[in-house]
Amino acid sequence: MSTIIQVNKVSKSYWRNNLEIPVLQDLTLNVEEGEFLALMGPSGSGKTTLLNLIAGIDRPSKGDLTVAGTDIAKLNESGLAKWRSENVGFVFQFYNLIPVLTAYENVELPLLLTKLSKSERRKHVEATLNIVGLGDRMNHYPKQLSGGQEQRVAIARAVVTDPVILVADEPTGDLDKTSADEILTLMERLNKEFKKTIVMVTHDPHAAERASRLLQLDKGDLVLEPI
Amino acid sequence: MKVFKLIFKNALRHKLRTTLTIFGIAIAVIAFGLLRTVVTIWDSSVDAAGADRLITRQAVSFIFPLPVAYKTKIEAVPGVESVCGAVWFGGTYKDKSNFFARVAMDDNFFELYPEFIVSEEDFNRYKNERNGCIVGKSIADQYNFKVGDIIVLDGDIFPGRWEFVVSGIYLPQNKNTDGTQMLFHYDYLNETIKQNTPGRGDQIFWYIIKIEDIKNSAEISEQIDALFKNSTAETKTETEKAFAQSFVSASGAIITAMNFMSFAIIGIIMLVLANTMVMSARERTREYAVFKTLGFSAIHLTGLILGESMLIACIGGGIGISLLYPIVSGFEQVMPKGFFPFFFIEPITIILAVSSALLIGILAAVFPIHKALNTKIVDGFRFVG
Ligand SMILES: Nc1ncnc2c1ncn2[C@@H]1O[C@H](COP(=O)(O)OP(=O)(O)O)[C@@H](O)[C@H]1O
Ligand SMILES: [Mg+2]
Repeated sequence: MSTIIQVNKVSKSYWRNNLEIPVLQDLTLNVEEGEFLALMGPSGSGKTTLLNLIAGIDRPSKGDLTVAGTDIAKLNESGLAKWRSENVGFVFQFYNLIPVLTAYENVELPLLLTKLSKSERRKHVEATLNIVGLGDRMNHYPKQLSGGQEQRVAIARAVVTDPVILVADEPTGDLDKTSADEILTLMERLNKEFKKTIVMVTHDPHAAERASRLLQLDKGDLVLEPI
Repeated sequence: MKVFKLIFKNALRHKLRTTLTIFGIAIAVIAFGLLRTVVTIWDSSVDAAGADRLITRQAVSFIFPLPVAYKTKIEAVPGVESVCGAVWFGGTYKDKSNFFARVAMDDNFFELYPEFIVSEEDFNRYKNERNGCIVGKSIADQYNFKVGDIIVLDGDIFPGRWEFVVSGIYLPQNKNTDGTQMLFHYDYLNETIKQNTPGRGDQIFWYIIKIEDIKNSAEISEQIDALFKNSTAETKTETEKAFAQSFVSASGAIITAMNFMSFAIIGIIMLVLANTMVMSARERTREYAVFKTLGFSAIHLTGLILGESMLIACIGGGIGISLLYPIVSGFEQVMPKGFFPFFFIEPITIILAVSSALLIGILAAVFPIHKALNTKIVDGFRFVG
C-alpha cells in the first residue's frame, strides 16, 4: 500500500477584516491508498477546512500537500481545476445538486469536461446510477427525490469520472437514520468493491464506525483515536 | 448543446421575473424605436432640403415680406439660374386639425423642385386654371382630393373665403420628399389681395433660387444680400438646408430631449436586466461553487451567465422590434396628417435598437460574471442567501 494523501506541516488561516483567523497549524497527516478515513471533532475545529485542502478547492497558507502524486499546493487555479476533475469526487452535506437538471443530467455534468462521446457518457451515467440504486429515477428532478436519493445522486456525480479519492463532508448530516445507513453502506461498498480512498467528515459516531480509521480534530490539532 | 439547455432552464427558473424583465426590455425597445423614429424623421426633413437651392428671406424674420421686385434683381446675379417667389398662405381647411402646408408659388416652382413629380397633363391644366392648385399625393389620398375638386380655405393671414380647384396631383420622388403640400399660383393670390386690400399686394415671403454651381453658394448668397443692403427690406440668403434647420430649431430643444430620452430609456432597462441577473447569480452562488469544484472554468461560467442575459435581452428586443412596426404605423394613423411629412422606421433605428439590446445583454452580465468568478469556492459554499 502506498500513501495517497500526504499533508505535511500544513497551516491554514483565514482573514476577516484584516484579522488572521488561524484554523490549522502545522498539521501532518498521511492517508494510505484504499483507506476509509473518518474525521470527527467539534464544530469549528477545522474539519471542512482540512477536507477542502485535501480536495484542492482551497490552498494551504503554509506547508506541502501531495495528493494522488501531485504537489497540489504548487498548482495554479486552472491546473488545480483540471486536477480536481481527474482525481477527486465530492459529496456535500446538502447534496448541492443543480435543481434545474435531472438526476441523469446532474451525474453527466463532470463528464461534459471529458472527451467522452454522448453515448459513452450515457453508458457511464447509467452504470453509475445503477450502482447507487437509482437506475429507475434518472429523469427525476432533485425536488422529486427524497434526501437520501438526492445524496445518492450526488455520490454518483462524485464517482462517475472514476476518481481515486472521494471526499465527503458530513454526507449523512441532513438525513434520517435509515437513509444515512444506506448512504454509509454505499460508501463502504465504494471503498471495498471499487477501491476508492475515502475521507469523510462526520459528527455521527455510527457513521465513524463504518470507517477503517478514525481521527479526531480539535482546535486544529489531530488527535489519533484508533478503532 | 448542453450549455444552451442549461441557459434556457436557468432563464425559466423564475418565470414571472424573467417574463417581466423581457416585457420591460420589449417596452423599452418600442419606446426607443418610436423616439428615434421621430428624431430621424425630423433630421431627414432637414436632409431632404435641396443642396443646390438657396433661400432668400427678410433679414430679421421670414414672417416679414420682401418686395416682388427683388425677383428680377436676383435673377441678374451671375450664377443664378432661376428664381421662384413663395408666400406662406396658412388658412384653415374645414377644421384647424387639418394641417398641411399651403403655399403660393411662381409657376416655375416645379422646375426648381424636380423631386415633386407632376405629369405634363396636370401641369398644363394647372397653367390654364387661374385658381388651380397642385396637391401632394399624401394629402390627396388622405382627403380624397381628385382633379376637378374644389378646395375651400378659410384665410387667416389673408382673410376671406378662398376657393381653389384641384388641377393636378404631384408624386413625391422618394420617401424623404414631402408629399403633403398644396401649391397654387402666386398671381392668383396677389391679384385677389390687390383687389381686396390694396397696399398688401406685391409681397413675397421667400425666394427660392436655383444656382448653376453649388460650390458658389456662399459668394452668390453674399452678392444677393449685398444688393439689398441698406434698403428697407434687407435680406438673408442661405442654403435651403440651413433655412430648414432654422425653421425647425424652435422645436429643436424637444428633439434634443427626445434624443436624450431615447438613450436614457436604454440605460434604465439595462439596470433592470442587470438587477435580474444579479439576483439570479446571487441565488446560484452555491451552484457556481459546485461547477467550479467539478472543474468547470471561468469561460464556462461566463458563458452560462452571459448566455442567460443575452437570451433575455434578445427575446425582449425581438418582441419589441417586431411590435415596433405595427405601433409606428398605428402612431402614424393617429397623428394629424402633415404634421410630419413622412413617417417610417429608418434602418438605422433598427440597427440601434438591436445593438442596444445586445449591449444591454452584455453589460447586465458584467457584474454577476465578475462576482461569480471572484468568489472563492469555499466562500461560495459558505454563502447563505
Ligand atoms: N472561508 C472562510 N472564511 C473565513 N473563515 C472561515 C472560512 N471557512 C472556515 N472559516 C472559519 O474557520 C474555522 C473552521 O471552520 P470549518 O473548517 O468549517 O470547521 P468545521 O468544519 O470543523 O466545523 C471556523 O472558525 C470558521 O468560522
Ligand atoms: Mg464543516
